[in-house]
Amino acid sequence: MSDEVVLRTQDLTKYYGGVHALEGANFEMKKGEHIAIMGDNGAGKSTFVRQITGVEQRTRGDVWLYGEEVSFAGPLDAREAGIETVFQTLALADDLDVPDNLFLGREKTFADWLGPFRFLDYKAMRKATLAGLEKTGVKIPNIKNTIRNMSGGQRQCVAIARTATFHSRLTIMDEPTAALGVQETAQVENIIRTLKEAGEPLILVSHNMRQVMDLVDRIIVFRRGRICANLRKEDTNGEDVVAYITGAKTQPEYADAAA
Amino acid sequence: MTDTSHGVGGLTFDKTKRSWPNEMNIFFALLIIVIIFEILGQILPYMNGQSFLFDTRGRFDTIFNEARLQIIILQVAIIGIIALGVTQVIITAGIDLSSGPLVAATAMIAMSFAQTELVNGNPNPKAIFGLWAMDLPVIVPVVVGLLFGAMIGAINGTFVAYFRIPPFIATLGMFLICRGIALWWSAGRPVSFPTESYKFIGSGMMPVVWFLSLAVIFHIILRYTVYGKHTYAIGSNEEAARMSGINVRRHKVMVYMIASMLAAFAGVVLSAKASTAQAGMGEFYELFAIAMAVIGGISLTGGRGSIIGTVLGAMVLGVIRSGFTFVKLDGSYQLMAMGGIIIAAVILDQYRQRNRA
Repeated sequence: MSDEVVLRTQDLTKYYGGVHALEGANFEMKKGEHIAIMGDNGAGKSTFVRQITGVEQRTRGDVWLYGEEVSFAGPLDAREAGIETVFQTLALADDLDVPDNLFLGREKTFADWLGPFRFLDYKAMRKATLAGLEKTGVKIPNIKNTIRNMSGGQRQCVAIARTATFHSRLTIMDEPTAALGVQETAQVENIIRTLKEAGEPLILVSHNMRQVMDLVDRIIVFRRGRICANLRKEDTNGEDVVAYITGAKTQPEYADAAA
Repeated sequence: MTDTSHGVGGLTFDKTKRSWPNEMNIFFALLIIVIIFEILGQILPYMNGQSFLFDTRGRFDTIFNEARLQIIILQVAIIGIIALGVTQVIITAGIDLSSGPLVAATAMIAMSFAQTELVNGNPNPKAIFGLWAMDLPVIVPVVVGLLFGAMIGAINGTFVAYFRIPPFIATLGMFLICRGIALWWSAGRPVSFPTESYKFIGSGMMPVVWFLSLAVIFHIILRYTVYGKHTYAIGSNEEAARMSGINVRRHKVMVYMIASMLAAFAGVVLSAKASTAQAGMGEFYELFAIAMAVIGGISLTGGRGSIIGTVLGAMVLGVIRSGFTFVKLDGSYQLMAMGGIIIAAVILDQYRQRNRA
């Protein structure tokens, strides 16, 4: 784990009208780290992710990616900067196959002078897809299958394989296993381990305590829109984390969150 | 690691499910309908054993009754051009009801720029504009028509994409507006007597040439270009398309514009073929175009279907129309049969989807 800071946020805040969904989040992650974000429903986990990935525009605060201050106008900007997100709701087009989905919105093309009618380079996309699947250890016998014909786990694997195909600089997963069965969850967790071995930084939003304890280095707990704890995995345990989530405990440096 | 790394739940490739494209089903339906008419020709007492498809009179050195084949495709070619555009709109999970009246409005407008100065040595009795608009190069009326179509399409698309009006309502409004424009343009009078070069656009088998060439072009565009891929993606999962960074709204405007330009071009071809433009032209064209797409397997929920399917759907309607004429049943039966076939096509499509899920 190097000292290079992958992502830093300062006073990141988001209001939806009068609702303070996220309030003054200060966050920092180092290269190679896997960080879990936990918290009750409505604690601000997904809101936090949406501000970083440009899906929504923050009310105030600053975000730095690899030391560079960033402000994304939309999710594509964030992706171009190297942030790959696996959303809670799967962002896959059911009627398209695996390569089409991986490259949706940033297709490999030729004859680019044709503008919107430029041609798709199916061959190059297929090759890159296979390479990406191999990197993550996802095995899909036929990538020409449409997403519609796949199980939930397979779909999630496709969504995750996107991150590997594009040499992402930061991967964010928003509850990637929430809708999956046991075996499928194991598959996704294996992919996360593969990313860890490769030193790819990852933010994992999850409700699953066992999974979090298994996979990550550090746990950030959100409560009512504020960060209330920053725990190294070695210094904590499941009960402790639950105490922070429910509000029974608050770390002293985040005392204002207890109010 | 155990076999969990081996594809979740073992994603297998079921050849039987994939290698049978939907278009094959439509093609077989088409064959079955042809065979039914062939049999009817043999067994109906008043038909004297005529053949629907084959040349049995031996007057020409051909296997098929070529005149019938030509008529089958000629009578669906113009609506088929509209259907190519409607197909794209439906793939984005939209609908375009404005195409029929747009055909009439474009026919009136384009024809006004295609008139000849002298008809049998006399001034053109149907002249809309002064002498400056007479005997213009054929490109002028065509471009004017296409620009008008592009404008209508841009308005449709803007209402659908930016003002979030349901496509059904937005294009229903445009349906009435375009019919109004067609009636207003020359106060209900027909616009006639075009130049020879304009007539050529719709002469003989030219409508079929336009239909098939445009079908090939848009087949390539939908299957092999970014435009096509994004069209399917939007119909498949609009949210995913947006999150992937596709400019969904701009793309929708483009799709509606292309659809309306195709309908406008159909208006040009129709007026050229008829050598006249009338405000009542193109009645029910929008519905037949949608019917061709639906019979061709284009899913109204978006994301699925192809130009090949729509062309086959057009052929099905053409065969039914010729077939009913062939067995001497009049138009009323044709409409009833077409209605039944459209419903059957949708039922079959739903059945197929259930089986696949």
